[in-house]
Amino acid sequence: MNQDQAKANLLDLDEAPVGDVLTPTRRPSGFYGGLYLPTDKHELAGQPLETAPPPPHVVLPLTQHAGLPAIPCVKPGQRVLRGQQIAVADGFISANIHATTSGTVIAIDEQPVPHPSGLSAPCITIEADGKDEWCELHPVVGDYHTEDPVRVRQRVREAGIVGLGGAVFPTSTKLTARADINVHTLILNGAECDPQISCDEALMRRYATDIIAGARIVLHILQVNRCIIGIEEDKPESEAALRLAVEEFDDDRFEVVRVPAIYPEGSERQLIQALSGREVPSRGLPLDIGFVCLNVATAAAINTAVTTGRPLTERIVSVCGDAIARPANIIARLGTPVSSLVELCGGYTSDVDRLVVGGAMMGFAVGDDNIPVVKACNSILAMTADQGRSSKDIRPCIRCGECARVCPSRLLPQQLYWHAGSHDLEKLERYNIFDCIECGCCDYVCPSNIRLAQHFRFAKAEIAVQDADRERAALARQRYEDRNRRLADAAQDRAARIAAKKRKAAAAADIHKRRKVITDVMTRVRQKEARRDRTETQ
Amino acid sequence: MKFQVEPAPHIISARPVPQVMREVLYALIPAVVVYTWYFGAGLIVNVAIACAVALASEAAILRLRRRDVRLYLSDYSAVVTAALLAFALPSLTPWYVTVTGTLFAIVFAKHLYGGLGFNPFNPAMAGYVLLLIAFPTEMADLWIAPRGAGDGLSVGQTLAAIFASTPPAAGWDAITSATPLDQVQSDLSRAMTMSEINANPTMHGSIVGAWLWINLAVAAGGIYMLARGIIRWHIPLAVIAGLALMATLFYLADADRNPSPLFHLTTGATMLGAFFIATDPVSAATSLRGRLIYGFGIGVIAYIIRTWAAYPDGIAFAVLIMNVAVPAIDYFTIPKPYGARDD
Ligand code: SF4
Ligand code: SF4
Repeated sequence: MNQDQAKANLLDLDEAPVGDVLTPTRRPSGFYGGLYLPTDKHELAGQPLETAPPPPHVVLPLTQHAGLPAIPCVKPGQRVLRGQQIAVADGFISANIHATTSGTVIAIDEQPVPHPSGLSAPCITIEADGKDEWCELHPVVGDYHTEDPVRVRQRVREAGIVGLGGAVFPTSTKLTARADINVHTLILNGAECDPQISCDEALMRRYATDIIAGARIVLHILQVNRCIIGIEEDKPESEAALRLAVEEFDDDRFEVVRVPAIYPEGSERQLIQALSGREVPSRGLPLDIGFVCLNVATAAAINTAVTTGRPLTERIVSVCGDAIARPANIIARLGTPVSSLVELCGGYTSDVDRLVVGGAMMGFAVGDDNIPVVKACNSILAMTADQGRSSKDIRPCIRCGECARVCPSRLLPQQLYWHAGSHDLEKLERYNIFDCIECGCCDYVCPSNIRLAQHFRFAKAEIAVQDADRERAALARQRYEDRNRRLADAAQDRAARIAAKKRKAAAAADIHKRRKVITDVMTRVRQKEARRDRTETQ
Repeated sequence: MKFQVEPAPHIISARPVPQVMREVLYALIPAVVVYTWYFGAGLIVNVAIACAVALASEAAILRLRRRDVRLYLSDYSAVVTAALLAFALPSLTPWYVTVTGTLFAIVFAKHLYGGLGFNPFNPAMAGYVLLLIAFPTEMADLWIAPRGAGDGLSVGQTLAAIFASTPPAAGWDAITSATPLDQVQSDLSRAMTMSEINANPTMHGSIVGAWLWINLAVAAGGIYMLARGIIRWHIPLAVIAGLALMATLFYLADADRNPSPLFHLTTGATMLGAFFIATDPVSAATSLRGRLIYGFGIGVIAYIIRTWAAYPDGIAFAVLIMNVAVPAIDYFTIPKPYGARDD
């Protein structure tokens, strides 16, 4: 797509009346770069959803969301019920955590968690009592439409809902209005473009009504009258289900729009561009151009939270990949060990080689399956050696430019790679490394098998460290300079004081002298007078 | 259970470098066939010599540089360089000329700059230009008349000419020492008009025809590469556009003093330059806009050299000159990233 086309497709969404510009059959313009990836996930998405039984223990990390870790509000030994809050959000960008089954808190300590670093993190461990008893729930009673939007949003916040597409940004924060921005459109992201993951597709096929109901709640919270649902064109069943649900509600604020199935369309920036022709500003948010973008699973979770009062305690996980005996989409409660989900799917085939949390393009490989399902966990992907890529036979970059052709951020990955290699952090910033969304498209096409995205992750971290160092250095320098100034000031003060004292002393001495002169003179005068008196009296 | 830990993405679909290079070689096949049909077995002998020297010298240098000889030798890049260089040489080029050119291309132009991916100049063209300067007679005088315009040489005569510099027994008649581009340039410099030049036997229809067919065969290979996604359209199109634009302008201004655009596009190394030489990714510009500028520059400079400079075919020099300009082009054509466009 060229720039002119992009401009021609640019819609003025603030002005455009609903249903006018984006007709359901309209083919959106797409976005720069990206890839058509081969996929076979639709069959899996069509299979029945399975529900995993409650495990003997659930392990709930305190960080399952972007932002600060939640603060535990239970103690080891305490009995908790399902849905009961066990950790409190620490600040605006953080999320509550709830018990996902009833039982006893047996530990609050470091446990292995799904994280690229492979390190452990603080978790709350609950021993299940097998009763799976819910705590008392507080749904928004009656019609939420008559309820104050702020109170409805509060319910979303209490329920610990975060973006379930993988970015896990606290949803209520995203739904918080800003005085300077006029939000005009809610976008529901049904473009699950990773070639393996199908949890959202499975959800859309079966829970389309919940999704639309959730989106209606969000429209109320945002006080917005337009919702565009972006669905990739290779998911006709999902599209049909959502259309049907929209019809059921007979809500003309909704539009279902088909977008080409190009990776990374699931990225909200790319989806917004595909739907509207607009680009989210480089360092900005969709909100800056009036969009709020939510994953379909997030919308469904909002519906659950508001209408039933149930907080987020489970999600759909795609357990898939060539090395899973019987792949399936599973409704799993948070905290369930990944290993037990795999077991539920018939275990690994003998040639399992790597285990990925998330999709094949952006997920991270883990060394061990003894980790819990968390809010971000959309997929467990077990790959065989010939399915997965290896770091063997990495060759020098031949500057073929294929990476630049597919980069959805319009970067020049080959140049970034070059400068990353020489640690030229300044050049990296000049070549806009911070616009890299780490989608891996460049890796996918690189004939030299270079680990481009990984280099960029490192380089970004390096720059961050350097910036922190620089900041620290600047702070230290500031402090040093302040101290020097203070010392200098003190010295000056002292000098001034001494000088003043001297001056005073000198002045005193002076007065003394003058006084002495005067007294001398006076004495002399007096003596003279006395002498004269004496002579006169004689 | 323990698993392999590798960074994302976990799948790729790229054609690895060796395969890319192999496909470039496949794409050269039609051109080699047509060329051999017109000019005899000389090209094949030259390609063989160049490949042998390229592989041997590359292996030696890789060992010296303590690189993985198997990994790098198997990328076929040396073979591609050798084939392209050989393709640019006259078919009776003496063996030592071919060897010198190849050695220079591989050792100096490629490895002294760090090997594959690091060479600022196109190695094949660097080798070729060295030969033009070092062996001007051998490079200019050993063109034989193509089939249909001369008697043709046997394989034995060809081998004798290449390895022993022995004149073919049939006499030097077969050797014309000129390609149409040479002829036009030297005749124009003697103030002849195009119609007079076209009447010259060297501009015999079958000579011009031979070059036309060779260029078409090269272009066919180029289109194969485009279809397979080995190269992208930006550079070839820009080269052809640059050359065609200049040729058309001057042709329209004075058709009697300037050969037609069609003549420019179908003689000499035009198509080879557009599809195989300028598209060498390592030494080309990087961004798509940059590549358009780069290719266009090559087309324009090639025309200038063909018309006003001392060398009849300007492609090689044009490519090297634009190689020099690449860092500047790259600097000024960094694309605006997503979300940073000036609306
Ligand atoms: S795709 Fe790979 S080899 Fe090609 S330019 Fe990009 S980094 Fe270099
Ligand atoms: S990983 Fe970064 S550089 Fe590579 S294609 Fe994606 S955005 Fe572009």
